[in-house]
Parts: sequence; structure tokens; C-alpha cells
Amino acid sequence: MSRLRTDDGFAGKSDEFYAMLIDAHDGLDDEQSEALNARLLLLLANQIGDLDTLREAIETAGRTG
Amino acid sequence: MTRYTYSSYPYRKPPELDGGSHPAVPVIIVGAGPVGLAAAIDLALHDIRTVVLDDNDVVSVGSRAICWSKRSLEIFDRLGVGERMVDKGITWKVGRLFHRDREVYSFDLQEEPGHKMPAFINLQQYHVEQFLVERALEFPDLIDIRWKNRVTGIEQQPSCVRLAIETPDGAYTLESRYALACDGANSSIRGMMGLDFDGRAFEEHFLIADIEMDADLSNERLFWFEPTFHSGQSALLHKQPDNIYRIDLQLGPDADPAEERKPERVTPRVSAMLGGRPFEIDWVSVYTFQCRRMKAFVHDRIIFAGDSAHVVSPFGARGGNSGIQDIDNLCWKLAAVLLGRASRDLLKSYDEERCHGADENILHSSRSTSFMTPKSKTERLFRDAVLHLAGEMPFARRLVNSGRLSEPCSLTHRGLQRGQDMASGRLPPGTPCPDAPVETARSSDDWLLGHLGGEFRILHQPDGIGSEAHLPSKLPALIVGRDLKDREGLLRQRYALEAGVTYLVRPDQHIAAAWNRADAGRILDALELAGGQA
Ligand SMILES: Cc1cc2nc3c(=O)[nH]c(=O)nc-3n(C[C@H](O)[C@H](O)[C@H](O)COP(=O)(O)OP(=O)(O)OC[C@H]3O[C@@H](n4cnc5c(N)ncnc54)[C@H](O)[C@@H]3O)c2cc1C
Repeated sequence: MSRLRTDDGFAGKSDEFYAMLIDAHDGLDDEQSEALNARLLLLLANQIGDLDTLREAIETAGRTG
Repeated sequence: MTRYTYSSYPYRKPPELDGGSHPAVPVIIVGAGPVGLAAAIDLALHDIRTVVLDDNDVVSVGSRAICWSKRSLEIFDRLGVGERMVDKGITWKVGRLFHRDREVYSFDLQEEPGHKMPAFINLQQYHVEQFLVERALEFPDLIDIRWKNRVTGIEQQPSCVRLAIETPDGAYTLESRYALACDGANSSIRGMMGLDFDGRAFEEHFLIADIEMDADLSNERLFWFEPTFHSGQSALLHKQPDNIYRIDLQLGPDADPAEERKPERVTPRVSAMLGGRPFEIDWVSVYTFQCRRMKAFVHDRIIFAGDSAHVVSPFGARGGNSGIQDIDNLCWKLAAVLLGRASRDLLKSYDEERCHGADENILHSSRSTSFMTPKSKTERLFRDAVLHLAGEMPFARRLVNSGRLSEPCSLTHRGLQRGQDMASGRLPPGTPCPDAPVETARSSDDWLLGHLGGEFRILHQPDGIGSEAHLPSKLPALIVGRDLKDREGLLRQRYALEAGVTYLVRPDQHIAAAWNRADAGRILDALELAGGQA
């Protein structure tokens, strides 16, 4: 049973989210941006918590590149 | 050859240059682009005389705007040219999005049935302008279009505006109570008045070409990120009438516009895209885009509308479409002021409501342009990640942004809607009126929007025990069941009509106020608040 959400979870606000994400990187150099992304990913992973879901997300990310 | 033939409109020596006295006109419109022409027609429908001045004598050279939205078509229909545009235009609703050579997804604009006008048509700007000019010529007593009349100076007096104008026969001045600056993105009026035009310029260059091709490609919008046939970041192909296709190729920030415009540069790029199909180049231009707006559109007696007031990048087709909405919003107000029915304060609501529209358009088109032209490594990384996920993950398709197409702007809680009566469960004040199929004395196959607009009007669903008697007699009313029948039940559905429900509708087909139980007093108060009464 798949746990990873594939449909839109932003309730119609996906453009707002994307703008927020890009704005967060404003003024950072590449290294700072990478570090920000890593911290962000850890925060979001902790929010999800469920290892099966996270494993599925990791697999999907690995496969779609 | 199906290509458009530009014919020039006749220049005539202005009567002022032959001496004698001439009555001042109520309104001078500077610029005979789509926005200025629409304004002249809208004001003529309110019996307001205008002189339209344009420095040129032909319609837009090259098509520029091609996508016209449903809301614009509804406004054009109110002006009497909507059907002609739909007949000539190409109706489309499907878009396909590719990443490299793989189709990532397609979308259907989901044209909900039961609207007179389609979601979008493609129609070259020169056709749109020609149809508008021909419509304007149907008002010879009200609209005086003066080609090759260039405005060179503007001066504002307490009771009038005075314009200095140059023509092939010499210079003259003309006075009016109001002047509309519809003179485009490089507005000379804005320049002469030294007014601001703040915003953001994007560095990316785009090659825009209209080509003629004898191929029956589908009416779909095709968009590529990182196309295999072109070294730039994106490409677009879209069909127009007369076998003309719009091609848009992103060239990068370092492109040399003069070089890139040359046929020997354009032809191989287009050939690669079309896979060797024969074609002819109709029009080519190389652009960079900007998102800017004036802080205020109303400067006493000089009012800005269309590109002179705000510009956006073309992804989303928001430029021309928003200019037409400006006119829809402005003209009934200006007419009410000129006819003494409203105070000049009413014009402030144009400023507020349309600045809001411009902000919405600038936000959407800046975001689209950013997505298409990532400016840092990280932005690029996220853009590519979205595209890679989009094939498999529906959520990521929503993040792909190749232009969020123009939608009517809602005026809820703003401008004239502030403090208006609203009814729970009904459309809120400020909502653009949805169309619905109806049956009327005019036709068994009629449409609601053809009966709204132009002036304030009531839409009322009787309660069966005499609710009509409580409507104010001096306001025109559309009574469901009496004046129109709800052909498919969609009127009831879209307006949440129940027994006794009343809407007051603005002349620009937006809800002004709503009541579950109305009486004449409240309706007249709402009318006054919405600017219907002096
Ligand atoms: C490549 C491209 C693609 C586009 N695609 C779309 C699209 O798909 N959909 C959409 O809605 N919009 C689109 N747009 C935007 C659209 O073309 C403009 O928003 C629209 O032309 C604005 O109309 P306007 O009447 O305000 O100004 P204009 O069309 O620029 O007209 C201004 C008029 O004023 C005249 N004028 C200027 N100065 C003076 C003066 N001093 N005296 C007298 N006359 C003067 C000019 O000659 C001109 O006729 C696109 C634009 C570009 C460049």
C-alpha cells in the first residue's frame, strides 16, 4: 500500500509555496543554499515521521531524476 | 496568400486647422490600440462623444497579442464585436507540456458548458483592432478617430485638459474634460507628466515569430522546457487563424536582438522546431519583458488604462486582456461623472479596483517568468526537479508554470464593494457575473450576459407571493420567469437563486450587492454606494 501522497497537497496554493521556497534562497550563495535545503529536508522529514512514507519518497526521488 | 494585408486608414485634416470655433469634447483618447478603441466604443454606448488620436494610421503591425480570454470576449460582446471575434478566432482549450522530448502532461481548460463565450480564442491583434475600428466607425456622431495625430504636449487645468497635437498639416490644440492615456507601454503622456513606472525587468531575450505554414496542426498550445530542437530553455507553438502559427523561443540573457531578428538566424531555428516543414516568416521580434505599473492610474483629469498603466510579460496572456478589463471598469464610471450622475470620487474606485487587477497580473506573470528563466543554480535545480517529478507525480504538475492564463479578477471586498450588502449563500459583491443559457423574448437560445451590463440592473428570483413589488421601480430589472427562463437550470445553480433572492449588478457585469430578502430602500442605498447616484 502506497503511503506517499502524489496528488496536490497545497490546496490550490502551489504557486505561493513555490515562490516562498525560491524567496528563501534569495541572497544565498550555492553552498548556503545547499545547507538550507538540507535543513529544510530534515525538518519536513521529521514532520512526516513515518518511515515507510519517507522510504517511498526517497525511492521516488531517486528514480525520477 | 492568406496573410493579413495592412491597409492604412485615411488621415483627414483636423477641422481645428481650418479655423473657426469647435466645441470642446468631453473625452479625448490618446492611442487607437485595442484599449483606446474599446474605450471609445464603450463611451459611445453611453452617449459620450470622444476624439481618438493616434500617431499612426494602421492597426498593430505584427500580431503581438494572440490569446483573448473569455472575460475579454464577454466585454467585446457587450461592445458589439464579440461574436465576430469568436467566428474569426481559433478556439482552443488543450495545452501540452513537454520536457525535452517527453510529454509531461496535458491540460484541458475544462470549458464548462453553458457559457456563450469560449475559455480562450487565438486571434491576431491586428484583426482585433480592425474589428474594433470598424465597430467604432458605426458611431460617426460620437467617435472621431484621427489618424496621424500625435500628441506632443499635455497640460492640466482645473476644468479641462489641453493637448498639443501634431499632424501632417501642422499643429493644433484640443481641449476636453478628461483625457484617457491609452498610448501603450512607452506612454508619451506618462513621460511628459514625469510619472513613475516601477517594477522589474527580466534579462532574458525571447524570439517571437509568426510564421505562415500550410499544415493542419491541432489547436493546442504546445510548450517545451529544454526542447531538443532548440538550445534555449523553452519553446512555444500556438495556432492562429489564416494558417499563422506563433512561435516563441527563449534565447537567453546574452542574445543580440539585432542579430537574432535576421531571417538567416530565425529560419534555421524555426526549421529545427518544425522538423523541415515548409513555412514563411510573417513577423519577427526579439523582446525582453517587464512587469511594471504606475502607482496611480487616475491623475485628476488624466486617466491611464492598458499598457500605459501596467505591463506584464506575455506568459499568461494578461496584457491586452487586462487592458480591456480596465476599460470595462472605467467607462461606465466616467460616463456617470460626465452625465452628472456621480461625483468625481467614483473614479477613485477605478484606480483601486484596477490597480488590484494589475497587481494580480504582475504577480502571476512574474512567477511564470521566474519559473521559465531560473536565475540562480538553486532556482534552476528546483525548476528541473519539478519537471522531473511531473511525469509521475500529479502534484508536481501544478508547480510547473509556463504561464497562468488570464482569469477575470474578483473585486470582492474592494473599491465599491466595501460596505455593500451581501447575502449568505449568494455570490459575494465584486464577483464577475457568470454567464448562463436563458430563453427570452429575443431568442429561445439566448444568454444571460447579453441582458446584463451597460447600466445598473436588478436580477431577481420571485418568491411567488409578490416579492417583485418591493423592487424600486426606477431601476431596470430582470425577473426570472418573466423576462427570462432558465434554460438548463444553470442560472439557478451559478447564482444560487432561491425564492426572493435579489442581485444588484454593476454596468460592468460584476455583482454590486445581494439580498436574500430585499426592499426598495436597501437596493437604492446599495445603488448609491456603488456609484449609481449623485
Ligand atoms: C510578443 C507579445 C505577445 C503578447 N501576447 C498577448 C496575448 O496573447 N494576450 C494579451 O492579452 N496580450 C498580449 N500582449 C500584450 C498586448 O499586446 C498589449 O497589452 C496591448 O497591445 C496593449 O494595448 P494598448 O491599447 O494599451 O496599447 P498599444 O497596443 O501599444 O497601443 C497604443 C497606441 O497608442 C499610440 N500612441 C502612442 N503614443 C502616442 C502619441 N503620443 N500620440 C498619439 N498616439 C500615440 C500608438 O501608435 C498605438 O497605436 C502581448 C505583447 C507582446 C509584445
